Amino acid sequence: MNWKTFFALLARDRHVVRRNLIPMLLQNLLQPLLFTFVFGRVMTASGMMPAAYKSMLLPGVMAISMVLAGVQAVAMPLITEFQFTREIEDRLLAPIEIGWLAVEKIVAGMIQAMFAGLVVIPAAWLLMGSGVHLDFGRPFEFLAVALLVALFSSSGGLALGCSVGQTQIGLMFSLVLAPMMMFGCAYYPWSALESFPVLHIAVLVNPLVYASEGLRGALVPNVPHMNTLVVIGALAVIDAGLLVLGLRKFRQKAVS
Amino acid sequence: MGIGIRIENLRKVFDTPPPMAAGGAGFSFAPVRKGPKKKTELVALDGVSFEIRAGEIFGLLGPNGAGKSTTIGILTTRTRPTSGRVFIGEFDVWQQQVEAKRLIGVVPQRPNLDFALTAREILTFHGAYFGQSSKVREQHADRLLEQFKLTDRATHMVRTFSGGMMQRLSIARAMMHDPEVLFLDEPSAGLDPQTRLLLWEIIREYNRQGKTIVLTTHYMDEADALCERLAIIDHGKIIAEGTPQGLKAAIPGGYIIRLRFNRVDAELTSELSAIGGVTQVRVLDETGADVYADRGGQLIGPIVNAAQDAGFEVHDVHISEPSLENLFLHHTGRSLRD
Ligand SMILES: Nc1ncnc2c1ncn2[C@@H]1O[C@H](COP(=O)(O)OP(=O)(O)OP(=O)(O)O)[C@@H](O)[C@H]1O
Ligand SMILES: [Mg+2]
Repeated sequence: MNWKTFFALLARDRHVVRRNLIPMLLQNLLQPLLFTFVFGRVMTASGMMPAAYKSMLLPGVMAISMVLAGVQAVAMPLITEFQFTREIEDRLLAPIEIGWLAVEKIVAGMIQAMFAGLVVIPAAWLLMGSGVHLDFGRPFEFLAVALLVALFSSSGGLALGCSVGQTQIGLMFSLVLAPMMMFGCAYYPWSALESFPVLHIAVLVNPLVYASEGLRGALVPNVPHMNTLVVIGALAVIDAGLLVLGLRKFRQKAVS
Repeated sequence: MGIGIRIENLRKVFDTPPPMAAGGAGFSFAPVRKGPKKKTELVALDGVSFEIRAGEIFGLLGPNGAGKSTTIGILTTRTRPTSGRVFIGEFDVWQQQVEAKRLIGVVPQRPNLDFALTAREILTFHGAYFGQSSKVREQHADRLLEQFKLTDRATHMVRTFSGGMMQRLSIARAMMHDPEVLFLDEPSAGLDPQTRLLLWEIIREYNRQGKTIVLTTHYMDEADALCERLAIIDHGKIIAEGTPQGLKAAIPGGYIIRLRFNRVDAELTSELSAIGGVTQVRVLDETGADVYADRGGQLIGPIVNAAQDAGFEVHDVHISEPSLENLFLHHTGRSLRD
């Protein structure tokens, strides 16, 4: 394994991300934070939502931000770089097995997803005003879930980025990401779906459900949430599947 | 030392339309087609074998769609061969990709620069991928920017570059890590005549350091001026191989000797036709005739003697060497520029 090349590839991505930091943050965080403000602040202050909703909402918003950040950080550049300009070719010719380039993309995406998740906590906290009760008493559980969510988002980004063409980016958002966010138990706990038995089961195919519920379990354990071991197991399986799929698609796309 | 290249019985069949035309495979809601899928099979390379010697400038010459880029793609790990093997030095390119990639620099036909970076960053990051220290990277980048006359644009984003500038940067990038073998797929496409000469000089200079250079072109003069050996490829097959001179000498009657006399008539043409090595005599006007022959200079003596013996006077002689253009015509029956 050629670590020098690997870190050089990573340094290149860091450099590019830094150059576009502000637009990227806006792209990934504005939407979840606006939602936080409207539902966590406006609705609770006016009494249309109970104050307890704030604590329930924050882990969900964090999950969404992480997923959006990771998916976009990996998928969007890949889609452009695999277009006919083949910008990625320079890196495919670097002296490293090409699978490692995909791994590097995943690592870069995970770092960005973690960063987005960590930025959202204070930002949402500030936006919602008083009344958010987070519990950092389970750091390892929190870290494990957060890392698995980050890996899910970036390997999902890899799989999407290698199967979607430039013209289908809009479709990817409206057909994949938007329903995933709505049925991802980010804005409500999974238990809220109990009165919709079919939906209650159907949403279990949605990885965001485990992300939201897992972060909820780690940060606000007093809110009803899915068992953490189930969450970790499900995320691990999903991550492994997306990783294998993403790597395979990447290799197919990288060589003609 | 120097690194040679061996290509063994290479075949490449493309069985999908080019990826871009497919509209990004995979994300389609069209029902899965049942039964035999309609595949467009396209034989791009059909049993290509040749060798490139260590330290030579080798040219791959052929018309559009002949398979030049496909060959380069296979040699540089970018296109997977359907069958056959290629070796760079001792490394089987498709078994030992990383080792092979370390030895090569590639200038693709279409510049594939990293649009998220500035010109200078493209060079320095490229150096970093190959493990160069930051000091070496900076030195090489400065030198190459200077050499390719890009110093004043070094800090610009490359998406603002003109086509020729991108091409220059793309060549500079390929040389950044000082590869033993440099592949250039139509390096002078889009370059102005002056830059083209500069590029030739840079290529020769790089070759003098013992590096192997493989280039494709459809310019005859470029192949003639640069390459020590050539392979001519058409429809995925090598149709001729050798030095430019050797290839040209192989065309029967490849030389044209253009003659001026005090007058020309049937007696003269029959005298000239009788000379050994002359394949054809064509009368141009009252005083001019073209002699098609399999050699050049050696025939001047016999021609002058034959003309004088018959009472004609030779006023002017011009020998035109056989061109690669003629060669291509000879092998394929088609002109290179059609
Ligand atoms: N990715 C691809 N998918 C399908 N067919 C391809 C692909 N790449 C090349 N081809 C086909 O293979 C054949 C050889 O193409 P290639 O690019 O090697 O030609 P070339 O000699 O480089 O031509 P040019 O002088 O135009 O660059 C062409 O018929 C081309 O259409
Ligand atoms: Mg080509």
